[in-house]
Amino acid sequence: MSDPSEDIDAHSGVETTGHSWDGIKELNNPLPRWWLISWYISIVWAIGYMIVMPAIPALPGMGTNTLGVWGQSDRTNVATAVTELKTERQASSITLLDASLEEIESDRELQQFALAMGESLFGDNCATCHGAGGRGAKGYPILADDIWLWDGTLDGIETTLRYGIRHDSNDQTRFSMMPRFGRDGILTSSQVDDLAEYVLNFSDRSHDHAAVTRAAPIWQAQCASCHGEIGTGDRSVGAPNLTDAEWLYGSEPRDIRETIYNARNSHMPAWEGRLDDASIKALAVYVHTLGGGE
Amino acid sequence: MEILDKHGVMERHSLLLTVGILIVVSIGGIIQLAPLFYMENTIEKVDGMRPYTPLELTGRDIYVREGCYVCHSQMVRPLRDEVERYGHYSLAAESMYDHPFQWGSKRTGPDLARVGGKYSAEWQVDHLKDPRALVPESVMPPYAFLAKRKLRFANIENRLKTERIVGVPYTDEMIAGAREHLIAQVDPEADFDAQDDLIALYETAAGRQGTVEIRDYDGDPDTITEMDALVAYLHMTGTLVDFSTYEAEDLSNRR
Repeated sequence: MSDPSEDIDAHSGVETTGHSWDGIKELNNPLPRWWLISWYISIVWAIGYMIVMPAIPALPGMGTNTLGVWGQSDRTNVATAVTELKTERQASSITLLDASLEEIESDRELQQFALAMGESLFGDNCATCHGAGGRGAKGYPILADDIWLWDGTLDGIETTLRYGIRHDSNDQTRFSMMPRFGRDGILTSSQVDDLAEYVLNFSDRSHDHAAVTRAAPIWQAQCASCHGEIGTGDRSVGAPNLTDAEWLYGSEPRDIRETIYNARNSHMPAWEGRLDDASIKALAVYVHTLGGGE
Repeated sequence: MEILDKHGVMERHSLLLTVGILIVVSIGGIIQLAPLFYMENTIEKVDGMRPYTPLELTGRDIYVREGCYVCHSQMVRPLRDEVERYGHYSLAAESMYDHPFQWGSKRTGPDLARVGGKYSAEWQVDHLKDPRALVPESVMPPYAFLAKRKLRFANIENRLKTERIVGVPYTDEMIAGAREHLIAQVDPEADFDAQDDLIALYETAAGRQGTVEIRDYDGDPDTITEMDALVAYLHMTGTLVDFSTYEAEDLSNRR
């Protein structure tokens, strides 16, 4: 081919590539200087990056990729970041760990810290069941009132948080098991109906007094050991008070019948292991101050 | 230079040009793919991973069928905020029996890689039936119908065999007993032999105890529903690996 430099386009004065397609020629403009420089810099950058960062996948026999002279690794970085965060929080966490729950609640500064920490933990971990601010839902106890199934003291709340309720894989979990009176054939269907009337009678809502009389011996034999002779419940086994106006699973006769027939044995996960000790303490203080702590 | 003047040859022969392009483009692919053929291990060595039980596997199929992955990822990234919220970042080993994997970067709902054990099974059922009854600001659609649909698992043995073809280490015993195992896992009062068998086989595969849960999940012990299977799967996600023995600092576990 001809030397392109000899081939100058008459119209623009720029040399052509010398190629000719049916008489059409291509101008040979140089690349813009800024573009060329950026390109060279990026090549240098890439080589530098390969040296300092993990870049080259394992060559045969090496077993691992090149680690780079800076030793960067996403997993190491996040471990460092989490450790730094822990150190940052340590000062306050340590005081939380050292102080008793009562001390935390009575010390203004500690309490503020615990509440702030507890609020964000509650929103992430607890509010899905117990609702924002502990307002509860059907089947999920309200934490903002003064009715407690198991224990509403600071220590009691901490125990519940730590070990859960009926959490199988934790042997210190709070445990009790209401029998499925109807389903398992302990009582007949009509006995369950009578018992429901008996329970309604605690809150003066029964309309079938014959049923209430029929159910009295059944109550004494089957229910009184946990819920008490007069239905006031027993916190040591998480048996609710049936004489008040608060109903975890609904107050309608059919809700109560369903409870007797199928039983309700709700479950709360143990948070020990999932949350650290300082977090559990902060949560205990937070829940205790929601409204009804004892 | 003589050789540079030859480019006209390639430019004038389209087939030659095509071959040339293929060679250049495949260089990038080879660099990415070739190491996978000779590297000993691309997955971390962990304790506790086991194949999913038949019930969990069918639950996972429902998870995929209902498109849960459209809004929920299953991948805790190695970032401080994510580790703070969800727990330990996800390992490749944790999805090694996933076909297909459920990673993702779009989260309309929260990440579910470590949802197992975070909530009670009752909560999962209540929430799937009516998400807004429990989380008022939720935009998740209700899946109440799952509790009414009977789980179909007539083909469960073949389902496990298929997984084995793509590399999940189901044993012959696991495949032969798949049907009994599925039924046993969801009914605590049923066939105790099948339960023992299920626990023995899968805990041996896991190499540790306490990874197989036997219970009725959906509050209806009489029928095995799709809700049972899905909640069984959700209850297990992210709980298998024993992180107390995981060596994050090991060179082969660095990423």
